[in-house]
Amino acid sequence: MTFDLDLPWQVDPRVSMRPEPFGALLYHFGTRRLSFLKNQRVLAVVRLLADHPSARAACAAAGVAEAELPAYARALAALAESRMITERTVVCP
Amino acid sequence: MPLAQRSQSPGRLADLFQLGLDAPICLTWELTYACNLSCVHCLSSSGRRDPAELTTEECKRVIDTLERMQVFYVNIGGGEPTVRPDFWELVDYATARHVGVKFSTNGVKITPSVASRLAASDYVDVQISLDGATAEVNDAVRGPGSYETAMRAMRNLSDAGFRGFKLSVVITRQNVGQLDAFKAIADRFGAQLRLTRLRPSGRGADVWHELHPTAEQQRSLYDWLVAHGEQVLTGDSFFHLSAYGSALPGLNLCGAGRVVCLIDPVGDVYACPFAIHENFLAGSVRDDGGFESVWKSSELFRSLRTADTGGACRSCGFYDSCRGGCMAAKFFTGLPLDGPDPECVRGYGEAALASAPVAAAPRPSADHSHRKVPVTIGRRRPPRRDCDENPLAGFAAAP
Amino acid sequence: MPEHDEEVLSTDELSTDELLVEEVSIDGMCGVY
Repeated sequence: MTFDLDLPWQVDPRVSMRPEPFGALLYHFGTRRLSFLKNQRVLAVVRLLADHPSARAACAAAGVAEAELPAYARALAALAESRMITERTVVCP
Repeated sequence: MPLAQRSQSPGRLADLFQLGLDAPICLTWELTYACNLSCVHCLSSSGRRDPAELTTEECKRVIDTLERMQVFYVNIGGGEPTVRPDFWELVDYATARHVGVKFSTNGVKITPSVASRLAASDYVDVQISLDGATAEVNDAVRGPGSYETAMRAMRNLSDAGFRGFKLSVVITRQNVGQLDAFKAIADRFGAQLRLTRLRPSGRGADVWHELHPTAEQQRSLYDWLVAHGEQVLTGDSFFHLSAYGSALPGLNLCGAGRVVCLIDPVGDVYACPFAIHENFLAGSVRDDGGFESVWKSSELFRSLRTADTGGACRSCGFYDSCRGGCMAAKFFTGLPLDGPDPECVRGYGEAALASAPVAAAPRPSADHSHRKVPVTIGRRRPPRRDCDENPLAGFAAAP
Repeated sequence: MPEHDEEVLSTDELSTDELLVEEVSIDGMCGVY
């Protein structure tokens, strides 16, 4: 699964995101799929996606260390595969 | 993998839930105890409406709470929820607030026009109950005509273009040989098949011993489920079968008070719909603080959220897979909660049942079943004095 | 996948414990009929 960290991403508007003590729950009202974000940092990344020109930048802003980047890329790939996040076609100003 | 990285592992979902969730992931809401049917195994002993059922306004306040808590979806059931006159008003109220609804029905009110309306809505899902692939098997459990009612409802939904509604079956000794036939029915109507576990809850307690699948049938059910993968839903109701081998899809743990709960027709909040009993009553939506405070702070739910130590199952190598099985199944068969599930695939439950006195199995105090015969002597305590019963008691009729 | 206690995880076979995102069916919660 190749996930492009250098593209801009966003959370799909049909997704309801609910923070939890462990991280967060994401539910897609269109697909009826449910995803668990298992720590606070991956939730932070997802929340920052829309405000950054790339997923890589969002990860950096969330404090993801270089060594952890592959794990976070895998997480984002899973979210993309289930359409929780989608590529943004317009780059933020 | 270096130790430092391993220590940051997020771990198992099941462990993460011990912190408690801010809201249930799904919850079941029984809207009424009234029902047009009298299924022999009804988990909520439904039939007659309870005079104290939540009013329309009270229901709307509950929906407001679910919206505020961001509950993704609610499974509306009963009894038969569609017999409530305000049923559609409440469904619309919920969906307008982005609370997804799946309602569980025997199909009695799913006319072609109702089906069209449902097919047009994105936020409403329907689940039709059926417990036999033939009228003979189904109606023995659900009553005469119920098979036809369900089939007609499914035909109407299919004709209206509703794809992917649920056909939900409770697996019994009598229908476990019909799995392929159930799949064919679901396929015929464009529905998704859902198989669930029979529990000794409600009226189910009276028939569980004769109706629950045998050990051999349970094994073949497991094999069939594994073969069908994610195509067939189970509501995670067979997680106790994970001890056979690979886990079935789902969280694989008891969700009661952790990720799910029940709101009953009078607003009582229970750990799960299979545990309608005072021991599993967490509070009421009518309490100060309503449903939100019951979910977040009730003593019962706090205790359910602490780690399972395994109890008598601790030494079993399969405990990690089966998590000790279903709390309700143990409770209503009179087994201890810290021991094996009555249908433990290793056979420990069967052994425990053999030595547990059947008469000691708990019964809930409420029973909303239709009365088949008037209450008669033998079912009531004798009156203390004749006058308690009838002022003319003891007076012979004049010749 | 059955749960095991393993001291060493092979790097090309991550268990779900290691994943930061897990998906479960919305119908995957026990206690909903």
